[in-house]
Amino acid sequence: MMSKKQMLIIFSLCLFVYACKKSDMVQEQVEAFLGFQQPANFPEPVYKLSANPVSKAGFELGRSLFYEARLSRNNTVSCGSCHIQSSAFTQHGHDVSHGIDDRLGTRNSPPIMNLAWNKAFMWGGGIFDLDLQPVAPITNHEEMDESVENVMAKLRLLPKYTTLFKNAFGTEEITTARMMKALSQFMVMCISSNSKYDKVMRKEAGASFTAQEQQGYLLFKEKCASCHSEPLFTDGSFHNNGLSLSPINDQGLYTATLIATDRYKFKVPSLRNLKYTAPYMHDGRFLTLDGVLEHYHSQVQDLPNLDPILKNGARLGIALSDDDKGKLLAFLATLNDETFINNPALAEQ
Amino acid sequence: MMEKFNRKYNQLILLLACFSILASCKKGDEPAPEFVETNLAPFSVEFDNIIGDRTLTFNNTAAPYTNAAGEKFTVSMLQYFISNIKVATADGKEYAVKQDSSYFLIRSSDKATRFAKVRVPEGDYTRLTFTLGVDSLRSTMGIDKRTGVLDPAANGDHDSGGMYWGWNSGYIFFRFEGNSGVISDNVNGDPTGKKQFKYHIGGFGGYAAPTINNIKTITVDLTTAGIAKVRKDRQSNVHLFVDAMKVFNGPNGFSIAAHPNVMFSDYSVNIAKNLTTMFRHDHTEN
Repeated sequence: MMSKKQMLIIFSLCLFVYACKKSDMVQEQVEAFLGFQQPANFPEPVYKLSANPVSKAGFELGRSLFYEARLSRNNTVSCGSCHIQSSAFTQHGHDVSHGIDDRLGTRNSPPIMNLAWNKAFMWGGGIFDLDLQPVAPITNHEEMDESVENVMAKLRLLPKYTTLFKNAFGTEEITTARMMKALSQFMVMCISSNSKYDKVMRKEAGASFTAQEQQGYLLFKEKCASCHSEPLFTDGSFHNNGLSLSPINDQGLYTATLIATDRYKFKVPSLRNLKYTAPYMHDGRFLTLDGVLEHYHSQVQDLPNLDPILKNGARLGIALSDDDKGKLLAFLATLNDETFINNPALAEQ
Repeated sequence: MMEKFNRKYNQLILLLACFSILASCKKGDEPAPEFVETNLAPFSVEFDNIIGDRTLTFNNTAAPYTNAAGEKFTVSMLQYFISNIKVATADGKEYAVKQDSSYFLIRSSDKATRFAKVRVPEGDYTRLTFTLGVDSLRSTMGIDKRTGVLDPAANGDHDSGGMYWGWNSGYIFFRFEGNSGVISDNVNGDPTGKKQFKYHIGGFGGYAAPTINNIKTITVDLTTAGIAKVRKDRQSNVHLFVDAMKVFNGPNGFSIAAHPNVMFSDYSVNIAKNLTTMFRHDHTEN
């Protein structure tokens, strides 16, 4: 017969073992999902992660929502339809986005990439909070043509979402705030920071530019970096880069601010992953990077609010020799990030 | 005998008169209770939508309204945000309703929404102040703070009464729609041929750079038509007439034909000024 004391000791030992096991499991889970990680060569994010910390369950809910076609009126279009991972979350081959009922938008689908560092969203601004961004495509007539209210009504009917919302937020309740925050948790995790450029900058083993890439890098710093600043390759500001007026007379930032000096200004896009994101510019007018470089070299138009950087005396644009162009293209190619477009965690499950 | 009865009768009358004077004193001239910020009592502001000399009815094609420009029109939608309600006493004591309980969407299609019901300290109020629209602070707050009428998903989609601009993050403060035969069928009017006018007035002043600000503060003097005597055992209600005819006939009068659609544009500033003249204090129920 065991004494009471012995039993107590055995019992507490059991408890101890059990507790150890549990904490190991927790640690394993933490290791499997690292949450939001700021790349070593990136600045502090703009997005307020403290107000919406990324959890595994929140990220997974966000990913489901991102690839959920019920976000559109007739359940045919998801965020992922126009933001395709293999195209660095753009709609490859489409000059302007192709939405519901084969309707066409007016702008080129921008990448879902490094959005935690974005100060403003959309080519023409207007949205300043990632959590409010999805309302625009969901309700836009050419994109998803749905109401947020109705999206939530559709999601509430699906046991899958009841579970996912409960996992992410503790209860089954589906609200605008929860839906938007989950989408943000997925989107801020779409980080591209593993290009050759990043590895060179972080001095990772074996990473170095070729002579041509290095010369291209110097040219880039001299001629492009004032707007496409490192390491995100955009300063997030809005500029008029001298594009000829489009037939629809898209006035860019002006539409959102009504400030005359904002007319024809568009957001500076990042230069990361250009290999996967053609065509280029806010309306996808350039099919190749050669076309883009030629624009800056010889096609810049002297329109109101043309950025002063593109007007040096009588010369418009940025003088680029063929040799310069080759070097720049070599450098730009170091910004392509294959791990980003192939990251299984960001793909539809 | 008769004389005695008369005397008694007179005494009775006198007594009754005294009582009635006392009673009326109690209702009318009772001193205002001490102003204590935590001593809250119910108070409401009623937004009674009218069009000029007539009540508001929807799509009344049999008897359309006529504006100062002589244009006949009917109304299909009228809704607006009221926020940041404040009251003040004659001796300058002010109270602002708690922010989180201070946002109301008045939708004329739903009579129940015509009251902005709040709680303010017991007191006699001679001035009412509120915002027509949503203040800039709330217009830039995180998604967690956008609940109830401020939920971007609330009130249906853009066609059915939504009050949120998704493409240019912000609220539509005032939304007024209807029809008028004077509207052309081309791009300058209504190309769908439905002859619709739409006024969606918003603009909180901008996030990154100053942009149009159509937030309007309305101050209503209650001394003429009846001060609000807020007490715990009563429901003091300030009854306002909100004359939507002022959209067209305000200080910046305009014709529907010239401006059938005004949304986020420079011209909206003119209309927003007109909106400040819509509110008229009719009476107070204490």
